[in-house]
Amino acid sequence: MSVGLLRSTRFRKERERHWRELARIVDKVERGGVSQLTSGEVARLPGLYRQTLSALSAARAISLDRNLLDFLGSLAARGFFAVYGTRHRFFESLVGFFGTHFPRAFRRHFPHFLVAVACLVLGAWIGWSVTDSDPERYFSMIDRSMAQGRTPSSSPDELRRFLYDTDEAHRGFLPAFASFLIANNARVGMLCFTFGIALGIPVVVLLAMNGMLLGAMTQIHVAKGLGVDWWAWVSPHGVTELSAICLCGAAGLALGQATLFPGELSRRDALLARGREAGTLVGGAIGMLVVAGLIEGIVRQTVHPIDARFAIAGGTALLWSAYFLLAGRRVAPAEAAP
Amino acid sequence: MSPLSNPADARLRREFVTPEGLSLPLDLAGASDRLVAFVLDGLIIAATLLALLLLGSMLGVGGAPLVILAVFVLTHFYFTIFELRWQGRTPGKRAADLRVIDRHGGRLTVAAIFVRNVTREVEVVLPIVVMLSPGSLIQDAPPLVGLAAFTWLLVLGFFPLFNRDRLRIGDLIAGTIVVHAPRSVLLPDLSERPILAPRGASAPAAANATNAAGAAGGGASVAAGAAAARAAAYPFTAEQLDVYGIYELQVLEEVLRRDRPDRAAVLTLVASKVAKKIRWEGGVADPAAFLSAFYAAQRARLEQRLLMGQRKERKSS
Repeated sequence: MSVGLLRSTRFRKERERHWRELARIVDKVERGGVSQLTSGEVARLPGLYRQTLSALSAARAISLDRNLLDFLGSLAARGFFAVYGTRHRFFESLVGFFGTHFPRAFRRHFPHFLVAVACLVLGAWIGWSVTDSDPERYFSMIDRSMAQGRTPSSSPDELRRFLYDTDEAHRGFLPAFASFLIANNARVGMLCFTFGIALGIPVVVLLAMNGMLLGAMTQIHVAKGLGVDWWAWVSPHGVTELSAICLCGAAGLALGQATLFPGELSRRDALLARGREAGTLVGGAIGMLVVAGLIEGIVRQTVHPIDARFAIAGGTALLWSAYFLLAGRRVAPAEAAP
Repeated sequence: MSPLSNPADARLRREFVTPEGLSLPLDLAGASDRLVAFVLDGLIIAATLLALLLLGSMLGVGGAPLVILAVFVLTHFYFTIFELRWQGRTPGKRAADLRVIDRHGGRLTVAAIFVRNVTREVEVVLPIVVMLSPGSLIQDAPPLVGLAAFTWLLVLGFFPLFNRDRLRIGDLIAGTIVVHAPRSVLLPDLSERPILAPRGASAPAAANATNAAGAAGGGASVAAGAAAARAAAYPFTAEQLDVYGIYELQVLEEVLRRDRPDRAAVLTLVASKVAKKIRWEGGVADPAAFLSAFYAAQRARLEQRLLMGQRKERKSS
């Protein structure tokens, strides 16, 4: 009987070695991840963590030793992080993401996607009709650097040269251009998503502006009798790229919906409920933009026949539709959030 | 960080309920900690960016696809990648003892990390870009646009200060929260530290008490004997132990634990103040021993009252 000791001191003496063991294991996890642990340590971790957590609540009731309380609080928190941290099996989560979560998020946001497409089409119509009625207004929509010499006053030959680029000097330059495009489009996509929080209005504007570029460009080509050639140039990568942009727009609209019409939830909870799934859409869309960039980099240089270009466009459209319709239908036994 | 509770700490403390249904107290990250972490990460990004671009131009591949993609990944996914790999931490957060966790105590998901960092583009990158060159967003932008961008940066930058949980826009959407979780070391229990018997009149009494405790306990530990000896050497009355509260006890703990050059002077000063306040008649020949004994007795008393459901926070003034 240790009569002279405080109750809280005896409490500590009985449990201290468990705490120190947990601290050692948690140190190891923090330095090198869960994979560093031996199987024995992995088995011990949850039990030690739970013990420490209940020791913490007991200590808070009986002990006034500040250092002990701080230590237990910090250890319990670190144990919690070690037990409930992210699983970072990179490849596995990538497969789970593109195999299941992304196509599911798409299906749940299909109405938003349609609205985003409508915004884009509306923008394209505006871009078309404005350029059609007054070619000078073309430059109010398209930056000269972006136009790269493709203007309403360009001759058909100039435009054609751009559509069927065979310049050897450009060959080395194109991959760089493609990666620039990927980065740029991904930025626009992420912007689209985040702007959603402002009631979704900037999303609509951003989508419409992208549509206007497309519409205006289409008009100058159609006016020179190059309509088919233009679409054959745009669509191989455009199908993927524009779908991805619309997906980001859909994610932004979902956020806007949460802020505008939170329903039964508070705005904060509504945002939370929408946020992660909408974010899944953006993550997937960035993946699609990479695919679009690769297609663009390859097809522009190497595939020139109009039929082949349209075949590629149709193929990608078919593949994406099949993917979004069919992927991730099977319910996994242990359903985990992405 | 001071181990003492202060009002700011209390406001930032949250009780999380873990999936096991147990309560876990966590402190939210304060604004200054988060700023420090962010600036550190920003410096790391800027330095890496600079090195990358220098290297690119030295090798003559400045505009190469790999360089462009590397810059893109660095500027847009630095936070995401680190928070994924390091359990919700980046180098800056690690230095400031911060960590991102799920607001409801669940597992931190990949989607949550992705979402909370995607929004940085709008919160930070875009306004800075617009501020530096307004023309990049709108052609022929008036100077007002730069000012608007600056306001935007300020509003979103201070957003965490205007809500209870210190949430950034990204945290709000992703359902995450940033907590301050420092490592803490378990120090010896002060209440059982053996003390040297105080010099002077009470020395024989202490020696006797030690012997008595040793004899009575039979197998009692040395520490228990020491504690008994201390109790015998400094017999505080219940009235003397009822003067101070928990706050003062923990301040005393801090004073006793801290090893500083003027420790002896501080202990003497504190001991004389305590002796005066509680009307201690026995004299304070050895301040360290006196304070240790007082700490042990005071803690025993307050912990006992705690068990009775009486929590005395501060001294009764």
